[in-house]
Amino acid sequence: MTMPGTARTIQLVARRELATRVRSKSFLISTVLIVVLIAVYVLLFSIMGRSSSVKVGLSGQSTGIATQLRTATSALGKQVETSSVGDQTEGEQQLLSGKLDVLVLGALDAPTVVVKSTMDPTVLAALNSLVRQQAIQGVLAQNGLKPTVLDAAENVSVRPKALQPEDPEQGQRTALAYIVGFVLFFSIQTFGVSVAQGVVEEKSSRVVEILLATIRPWQLLVGKVIGIGVAGLLQVVVIAVVGLGLARSSGALTLPDFAVGSIFSALGWYLLGFFLFATLLAAAGSLVSRQEELQSVITPVTLLPVLGFVIGLNLMVSEPNNVTSTVLSLIPLFTPTLMPGRIALGIAPTWQVVLGVLLMLAAIALFSWLGGRIYANAVLRTGARVRLRDALRCAEGR
Amino acid sequence: MVGELAPCGRCGYLGLLMTNLGHAVIMTTADIGMDVVEPRREGSPLAEEVLEIDRVSKRYGDVVALSDMAFDVRAGELFGFVGSNGAGKTTTMRIVLGVLAADSGEVRWSGRPINLRSRRQIGYMPEERGLYPKMKAFDQLVYLGELHGLSTADARRSASYWLERLGVAARRDEEVQKLSLGNQQRVQLAAALVHQPRVLVLDEPFSGLDPVAVDVMSEVLRERAAAGVPVVFSSHQLDLVERLCSRVGIVRSGRMVACDEVDRLRAAGPVRLAVNAPQAGPGWTAGLLGVRELDATDGRTVLEIDDGVDDQMVLAAALATGPVREFTRQRPSLAELFRNVVSEEKKS
Repeated sequence: MTMPGTARTIQLVARRELATRVRSKSFLISTVLIVVLIAVYVLLFSIMGRSSSVKVGLSGQSTGIATQLRTATSALGKQVETSSVGDQTEGEQQLLSGKLDVLVLGALDAPTVVVKSTMDPTVLAALNSLVRQQAIQGVLAQNGLKPTVLDAAENVSVRPKALQPEDPEQGQRTALAYIVGFVLFFSIQTFGVSVAQGVVEEKSSRVVEILLATIRPWQLLVGKVIGIGVAGLLQVVVIAVVGLGLARSSGALTLPDFAVGSIFSALGWYLLGFFLFATLLAAAGSLVSRQEELQSVITPVTLLPVLGFVIGLNLMVSEPNNVTSTVLSLIPLFTPTLMPGRIALGIAPTWQVVLGVLLMLAAIALFSWLGGRIYANAVLRTGARVRLRDALRCAEGR
Repeated sequence: MVGELAPCGRCGYLGLLMTNLGHAVIMTTADIGMDVVEPRREGSPLAEEVLEIDRVSKRYGDVVALSDMAFDVRAGELFGFVGSNGAGKTTTMRIVLGVLAADSGEVRWSGRPINLRSRRQIGYMPEERGLYPKMKAFDQLVYLGELHGLSTADARRSASYWLERLGVAARRDEEVQKLSLGNQQRVQLAAALVHQPRVLVLDEPFSGLDPVAVDVMSEVLRERAAAGVPVVFSSHQLDLVERLCSRVGIVRSGRMVACDEVDRLRAAGPVRLAVNAPQAGPGWTAGLLGVRELDATDGRTVLEIDDGVDDQMVLAAALATGPVREFTRQRPSLAELFRNVVSEEKKS
């Protein structure tokens, strides 16, 4: 018999934790649930995006104005999809079935326009201006003038200058910030609490006494945190891959590089956030001996990030340059759920991101030391709840 | 039957049984193909394979849990650890396993202070049973075997072997929480044995077992002891302890009050005489010095005599009343010795 080294011991513990989590029903259910939620979100987003475009069917001579119509309407801030239609009957059928919103028939200078019930005012204005243009060109041609005189008039227009131009990709960035923030928040909380539950399970079943007759408390703690952390990482990766695929195929996402980048950094944030909370939650869990008592000791650790997440996320989406959300995103407990969102929105300067990561690393070191100490002192004391002060002070047994 | 009982007969029988089981062990370990390093084969003399508990003390605030607790368990020995609830048995075992720290004193294995490395060679069964409730019995044993340093293949072989040996092989893929208490107990013992420990420390291994399981457990403990493993276990079933153990320690209030071979302990106890003299009237022993009447029913009297009192004098007094049909010299059973110890505790 050989003495297993520390690495082998930690690997054994981590492997058991990972296998236990991944095989559990709750892991499968929560993964599927989040993927479904994201799919619904993406679907809604793409439907909303499409509903703003007007489908115009062109028939006969009017087919020739398709490009001009699209240019004219987009200048007026309206997306138009054009298609050519065989004849009036076919076009009217498409109107009634909702495949078309507007049907344009007949000669270019005097077209007939058919709609199901109401006419989109922007499309009407664009059509009017196009028809007038055609009419003027007709008159000019009859009088022997070249149509190019119109171009001079065409080139004269009013071009407004926006002080804060709207980013056409802002919608996608916001959606991504929400999704990444939500998934990170959910995963860190779920798997962090899972660590605390695992600690209490070992305490309440007394198996910890057999384990600690063989391995050291910190080896058990580290193995447990790594195993559960990897299970969580696996879930986040599955969600990211499926979510990205859905968003790409539905056409809701036109920024693949940006999305992939923010998902990769989300994995990093997940790890930072998980390690920060896991040791704290493990320490909290080690204070009690029964699952029923667990809620009371972990609530202080889990509630704070909820507040930070809810307040911070809403603030930064509605008001990107808000100072409160900036400050909150630099506090280690909130950084992993808020900073990725701010990066996705493009409102986090590099120095803030670097500072956030450094502060988190410092906090992880501090909490691991503190949590490890509490855990080692409290994990073998079964029965009544161990007071935090006792767990911190006394170095029983080790 | 007049005169002394002959406990040596049983002793010899026990010895013989252990030798036979010793052969069985060597065969079975070869059967499962494990790389088992039996203590004897390592070239270290048998005498060194001793678990020593040396003046260990432990307090919880003002409560003294252990005070200079001392005993040793030698290779091949089954040591019975008895005492009333709260006497300090569990505390002692937890200190041996390092899950509790002693205030003073030392635990040694083979002459060296025990450390994590040597503790890995102990098979431990805690008083409060401990297994993962939602893990399958077999997976659990493999995991514990690996944590104790077995390779995965060895751990699987050993887990299969012990589940088979303890009669729970059919339950190997069931979650521990779904097993009956008796079967959970068997898996718990398997968990203590799966890494081929060189010392066994078992806290109440027999509690909650049916008679068949008690026999299986006893056989396994004898077998391990015969293989040279020091075995210490606590129990309240004193008849079992008396039957199984070569030596016994009786604890009271955190102190070892008696620690010796069972027969020597019994021999050191007060001598009892059972006398059947049908015609003897009540109070026939009244004139005899150093003789106390414990019980008298239907002409049969049980007496306790002080050391140095001549039992032939009592026989003469009995014969003076008429015919004597039975005259037996008895030693107290372990249960009676234990009761004496407990009643002394109450007096103090």
